[in-house]
Amino acid sequence: MTEAKPQAAAAAPSRAGMKKELPEHFKAYRHVWVFVEVERGQVHPVSFELMGEGRKLADRLGVELAGVVLGPPGEATQAAVAECFAYGADLAYRVEDPLLADYRNEPFSKALTDLVNTYKPEILLLGATTLGRDLAGSVATTLLTGLTADCTELAVDQDGSLAATRPTFGGSLLCTIYTLNFRPQMATVRPRVMAMPERRERPIGRVVTHPLGLVEDDIVTKILSFLPDRDAGTSNLAYADVVVAGGMGLGAAENFQLVRALARTIGAEFGCSRPVVQKGWMPSDRQIGQTGKTIRPKLYIAAGISGAIQHRVGVEGADLIVAINTDRNAPIFDFAHVGLVADAIRLLPALTDAFARRLSPHNRDKLAG
Amino acid sequence: MHIVVCIKQVPDSAQIRVHPVTNTIMRQGVPTIINPYDLFALEEALRLRDRLGGTVTVVTMGPPTAEDSLRKALTYGADRAVLLTDRFFAGSDTLATSYALAAAIRRIGETFGPADLVFAGKQTIDGDTAQVGPGIAKRLGLLQLTYVSKLGAVDPDGRSIEVERRAEGGTQVLATRLPCLVTMLEGSNEMRRGTMADALRAAREPIVVWSAKDAGIEDIGKCGLRGSPTVVKRVFAPTARSEKAALIEVRPAARDTADALIDALFTRLPKLEAELIAAQTA
Ligand SMILES: Cc1cc2nc3c(=O)[nH]c(=O)nc-3n(C[C@H](O)[C@H](O)[C@H](O)COP(=O)(O)OP(=O)(O)OC[C@H]3O[C@@H](n4cnc5c(N)ncnc54)[C@H](O)[C@@H]3O)c2cc1C
Ligand SMILES: Nc1ncnc2c1ncn2[C@@H]1O[C@H](COP(=O)(O)O)[C@@H](O)[C@H]1O
Repeated sequence: MTEAKPQAAAAAPSRAGMKKELPEHFKAYRHVWVFVEVERGQVHPVSFELMGEGRKLADRLGVELAGVVLGPPGEATQAAVAECFAYGADLAYRVEDPLLADYRNEPFSKALTDLVNTYKPEILLLGATTLGRDLAGSVATTLLTGLTADCTELAVDQDGSLAATRPTFGGSLLCTIYTLNFRPQMATVRPRVMAMPERRERPIGRVVTHPLGLVEDDIVTKILSFLPDRDAGTSNLAYADVVVAGGMGLGAAENFQLVRALARTIGAEFGCSRPVVQKGWMPSDRQIGQTGKTIRPKLYIAAGISGAIQHRVGVEGADLIVAINTDRNAPIFDFAHVGLVADAIRLLPALTDAFARRLSPHNRDKLAG
Repeated sequence: MHIVVCIKQVPDSAQIRVHPVTNTIMRQGVPTIINPYDLFALEEALRLRDRLGGTVTVVTMGPPTAEDSLRKALTYGADRAVLLTDRFFAGSDTLATSYALAAAIRRIGETFGPADLVFAGKQTIDGDTAQVGPGIAKRLGLLQLTYVSKLGAVDPDGRSIEVERRAEGGTQVLATRLPCLVTMLEGSNEMRRGTMADALRAAREPIVVWSAKDAGIEDIGKCGLRGSPTVVKRVFAPTARSEKAALIEVRPAARDTADALIDALFTRLPKLEAELIAAQTA
């Protein structure tokens, strides 16, 4: 039995050891790439977050940062290329073809694989979205290289390797993963895990265009239709300025009213930990953490949440974390800014009242006047 | 119709034990279950078989004890179970895992008839990468449909399938050719209760056990740690914040504490109060 032949020009050697020396043919792989995800004309914000991260890696390595834009000919693709530069790219790779109008695995993985094999980046970052994960898994397998999913931290170590850190199985640990003997080193990062870098108007720089080299008949999968989400935007959890969340410490489904009430009073979004979703106490789109949403609010209030690593990595970007927990040894107090040792079931209503008074029309006028 | 479903046996608890030398997860002594996401794939496969006829083969790569999960799958109504087990597989990352599973699926096709459909879960709860499904598809040259929320028309004779796929901001309705690989989204269906007959059969049914060699794998270097391009270099506990927060003990009925707390919050985030008020008036 033979394995499906890699299309990669640089086929990986058949054995991966733990040895450090990079095989000769991989030494030509240089520069940091960010795959820029364009969906129905809009760049997904995770691509800019990655551009910020990619800039740091490229500077540390003394190499260039490139954005990769795949899309149909037209304004949206042009605009996405311009955005690469506004967020710090030195150059952009562009594949423009009508077949890239909507995401399909076949043309996108061909385009990205061809670009990698032709221009040879050492690091390739993608957003861990439904699109990014679908694409990254295929491309990494075709290239026979390593892919680290859902990283929470990216760094370059002394010998120039990408050190990709992610939470690992269980409730409390992180691990750092390397792709030692293969290139490119691939990683995905979930939306909101990395900070949004500043946008600066910059002229469009160097753009390298590459052909797709496919016709519609080559692509087996057809898109019959696209049904936009009806409730799009109702849950703005990932991008909310203030978030209130409850965990198993609230003890029962009905106590989540206390979380909702506080959220409503201060105009916040509400969320929860994973076991709460598993219990059916909250819908799954409210889950915060590694396998739910990552948030970066100004204020995060966590009630009855222990602070396991999978929860922590989803909230660490918050400016101010207030934790309410009856157990003074709860791990959440290791990373909260304000720790309240209290029964959340009693404290939440008191907080809701106090906020309501503070934000009342009377006080509003005082502040305005 | 021959449907192959990839299931993984995973530890049931959040108890973590990491091997101090190899930095890989040690699974001994922790209760195990079928990866919950894989049950959606299995149920969808069973429904399809019930509707169109044919057989469902479940396959797992894991230690000999993964037989438990395969037997569990048989109690739900799977027709056949294949256990791919070999010490050469130890320490596999997603690339090495998809290599071994792809070989096994190819051998399953040769032995029991070619697969029309391969199902996988969206992701595992221990590896949690969502990469193995796409990896298997690529290696077998199958078309890939990930994050499927609903199966539409499946026509084994016309070799076609339609699905609804979760995408960013909406649902794609896709049509493609069989054979293909589908990863199912959670919540897409509910696992049936197995019948008594299936439970009895599951207890007796011989499990097909294959080594790497049995599965037709010639290059052991592509398996396990040696076949894994990624290396876990360090496993560590997250650090506490350098300035750990002082803990405030709040007594019951703490109206004053709540007021004091809000003062403290707005002192630390000076612009927030005005923003909250502005948002309310808006
Ligand atoms: C692969 C994987 C992915 C995961 N992904 C996620 C994820 O995305 N998001 C996530 O949240 N978890 C995730 N988890 C689960 C995570 O490991 C924890 O199990 C989970 O976060 C715990 O939820 P919890 O804090 O609500 O519950 P518990 O850990 O049970 O904590 C409850 C807390 O409430 C406190 N408490 C009890 N009574 C009260 C009271 N009256 N008032 C105040 N406090 C009280 C307790 O002291 C305790 O600290 C994942 C796990 C794995 C293995
Ligand atoms: N060892 C394994 N044996 C069988 N199937 C697996 C194995 N590992 C992963 N899978 C399948 O691949 C899917 C994605 O796994 P992962 O990439 O680990 O998130 C799972 O839901 C399973 O269906």
